[in-house]
Amino acid sequence: MGHPDEAAATIKDASQRYRSGVLKYAQMGYWEPDYVPAETDVIALFRITPQDGVDPVEAAAAVAGESSTATWTVVWTDRLTACERYRAKAYRVDPVPGSSEQWFAYIAYDLDLFEPGSIANLSASIIGNVFGFKPLKALRLEDMRIPVAYVKTFDGPATGIVVERERLDKFGRPLLGATVKPKLGLSGKNYGRVVYEALMGGLDFTKDDENINSQPFMHWRDRFLYCMEAVNRAQAATGEIKGTYLNVTAGTMEDMYERAEFARELGSNIVMIDLVIGYTAIQSMAKWARRNDMILHLHRAGHGTYTRQKSHGVSFRVIAKWMRLAGVDHIHAGTVVGKLEGDPNTVQGFYDILREDHNPVDLKRGVFFEQHWASLRKVMPVASGGIHAGQMHQLLHYLGEDCVLQFGGGTIGHPMGIAAGATANRVALEAMVLARNEGRDLWNEGPEILKDAARHCPPLKAALDVWGEVTFDYASTDTPDYLPTPTPA
Amino acid sequence: MRLTQGTFSFLPDLSDAQIRAQVDYCLGKGWAVSVEYTTDPHPRNTYWEMYGMPLFDLRDAAGVMDVIDSCRQAYPEAYVKVNAFDASHGWESLRLSFLVNRPANEPGFHLVRSEEKGRNLRYTTMSYAVTGARS
Amino acid sequence: MSEAAARLDAATGSSELLDLDGLYRQSNVDTALAALEGELVGLIPVKTRVREIAALLLVEKLRRSIGLEADPPPLHMSFTGNPGTGKTTVAMRMAAILHGLGYVRKGHLVAVTRDDLVGEYIGHTAPKTREVIKRAMGGVLFIDEAYYLYRPENERDYGQESIEILLQAMENHRDDLVVIFAGYANRMQTFFGSNPGLASRVAHHIDFPDYTDDELFAIAERLAAGMQYELSASARAALHEYIALRRAQPNFANARSIRNALDRARLRQANRLFAERAAGITREALVTLEGVDLRASRVFQARSVTP
Repeated sequence: MGHPDEAAATIKDASQRYRSGVLKYAQMGYWEPDYVPAETDVIALFRITPQDGVDPVEAAAAVAGESSTATWTVVWTDRLTACERYRAKAYRVDPVPGSSEQWFAYIAYDLDLFEPGSIANLSASIIGNVFGFKPLKALRLEDMRIPVAYVKTFDGPATGIVVERERLDKFGRPLLGATVKPKLGLSGKNYGRVVYEALMGGLDFTKDDENINSQPFMHWRDRFLYCMEAVNRAQAATGEIKGTYLNVTAGTMEDMYERAEFARELGSNIVMIDLVIGYTAIQSMAKWARRNDMILHLHRAGHGTYTRQKSHGVSFRVIAKWMRLAGVDHIHAGTVVGKLEGDPNTVQGFYDILREDHNPVDLKRGVFFEQHWASLRKVMPVASGGIHAGQMHQLLHYLGEDCVLQFGGGTIGHPMGIAAGATANRVALEAMVLARNEGRDLWNEGPEILKDAARHCPPLKAALDVWGEVTFDYASTDTPDYLPTPTPA
Repeated sequence: MRLTQGTFSFLPDLSDAQIRAQVDYCLGKGWAVSVEYTTDPHPRNTYWEMYGMPLFDLRDAAGVMDVIDSCRQAYPEAYVKVNAFDASHGWESLRLSFLVNRPANEPGFHLVRSEEKGRNLRYTTMSYAVTGARS
Repeated sequence: MSEAAARLDAATGSSELLDLDGLYRQSNVDTALAALEGELVGLIPVKTRVREIAALLLVEKLRRSIGLEADPPPLHMSFTGNPGTGKTTVAMRMAAILHGLGYVRKGHLVAVTRDDLVGEYIGHTAPKTREVIKRAMGGVLFIDEAYYLYRPENERDYGQESIEILLQAMENHRDDLVVIFAGYANRMQTFFGSNPGLASRVAHHIDFPDYTDDELFAIAERLAAGMQYELSASARAALHEYIALRRAQPNFANARSIRNALDRARLRQANRLFAERAAGITREALVTLEGVDLRASRVFQARSVTP
């Protein structure tokens, strides 16, 4: 719905429009209720909370202005440009269902505003200055529609779900991983022991934690050498391809490249980076991974600072889109049932964005825009944090089979040892996939299926006895706001 | 050792009824099922021998079970796996792949290390099935 | 007492009422029979035979449900009759009946002819036939003009190889596959005569008589209505004559000939309307087939040259 308002009308007369002074953003042309976005436009959806007394239309226009060409006052130099084209256009403002002070503002941006293939440039515009803008109490970037024309300026994931599966020769089930624990303090030699036990016991991957880089207790080269001994031993013991995400995150790009090169030299099939290294560094590492046939795992360290609160920040679904463009092969995207934030519908929305070639509008899952991915490869979502074998039916039900399930504590904390913990998880997983394919109802029969599988697998029995009842049942903060029958666009 | 390639290797070997149910699941999805075998299960041995062409347009698992039986009879001491191929756009690869036969004695693999400078090691995995004796 | 006899004794000793009607409704056989009734005009003897076979299989299923387990009933069939008498349609419904009663797992119909089964060089036939059999497993394999598989005049013909593989499959895969052989009655008789192994495995024979003139007329009306056409009085008269004439001419194919006749009449009607377009066209003209549209057929010309 629009807000036809005198003060919101664009001033058409150029002599009035460009006279020095301060105008409302809407008057400057950043509010165009009749605008129909072009197929090549980037569209952003913001949740805006205006300061008391600020009209939502003017607030939306201000966001459009501040995230594109405007500054606080009129500048005559606008007239040296095709400024009408470069202005972002707020074209629709809807009240957020169930809220009296928040509004959804739709803003369209011309493709020329963005450098091809640069998340840094895209994000510098869309979330650059505008989040600190005073007339708003809070602002959240909820979703973006990336036009195919812009999608095609990115390489996307070098490996993607399908080729990763082919390279690992693992099909038809989620992959299994575990983060080595304790996160900090193990020496390289002890660290490698955990990797060997977990892989030999049945996991496909182990993982460095986000803050394992090169600390006094374990330098990175030591970690890489011991981990690769463990990977190769486990591979020979089982006949299966194994891997460990070697975290190459470091203080400089030069250090990261050095670490990544060493991982490649040692024969690792995967390296890992943290979200905190920044979008440009991520894109650089994606290019490196493409050159070196390496799977690139991204830990979303830090995202909770700006994705979790519904009123302010950037939704993770936007981060997921940017990271698919940037070209990571793995990304942590939530577990639904684990210890970390994650409303089921919202998390399934993230998984859709990472795995499908086409996302239809799905307000229930928080997907506001139809998105075509133009065959950009699929990112493997990673579910990690407080999950255990006893939840296997729920995990498969919510997340499907194309993901990595990471059981850190659920493997290493097993009473019979790390290898037994890994075996418990693998048996639970295979039994659940087998049952699902046989047409059984996982949601209701899951616990029964696990109990049956545990009869030939004592480690699974022990895992169910220890953790069977553990749940993390807290209300989610990041949930979609939508009306069951959405208003037409 | 027990080779753990394939989707269900951590479960007890599947019965024919269980195999049939999995094949029915694949056919129900419209995937083409094929049978492959090898005596060298090296983890990087990508191309096992095809036991006939992939079976397209089947509605019922009975036809696949025939091929599995015939392959197991012809190569009782080989690893035999069933693959399901999905030709839909954006996938065009396997969707499921699981073992349906393994030799009575699985010799496993030998890991050869060669030392290089800077404490680096080069690893080579050798199949005992190919090199012969188990050291 | 043998085990089977003991079971029979136990079963017959019970006075409990068995729910044959429930089984009938649950198996969806009634839906298949109703569909057959709706789809096919006439064919009373065929429908009666299908009903009999369905009843036999239903009762057999009930007997098994109380533990009277004998060998599975033989299911392979032969459908004999001239072209266009509804053999393929009945085969599809038969597949649905067999599926409803649990005699085949999927209930699909794979219809083939000699070309799908027999290869052109040595080593080509076996894989071709096996592939067709695998596709048909869980359903019904319908082999039209089955006698072409057997060509005694050519001793190097590969048809015999295909027949042997079929026989083997019919024997070893009784739970997986039902085969229906179809074709002209007299030629099928010769075919079965020369292949006693096949004949002995075919348990049910259904003969498809030619349609009567009235039945063919009813079929034509139904087809025309399905295509959203109406038949004028002159068209109806022409159609009656057409049916009688067409039957006497070569390559008569019952319902199929009628469908072809209507298709050609539609073409002539369209040409006629196009030629008359200057005068304007009413909706009625657009949906009506006239006598002239049928009478332009060569079938009527044949009468004038051979009085």
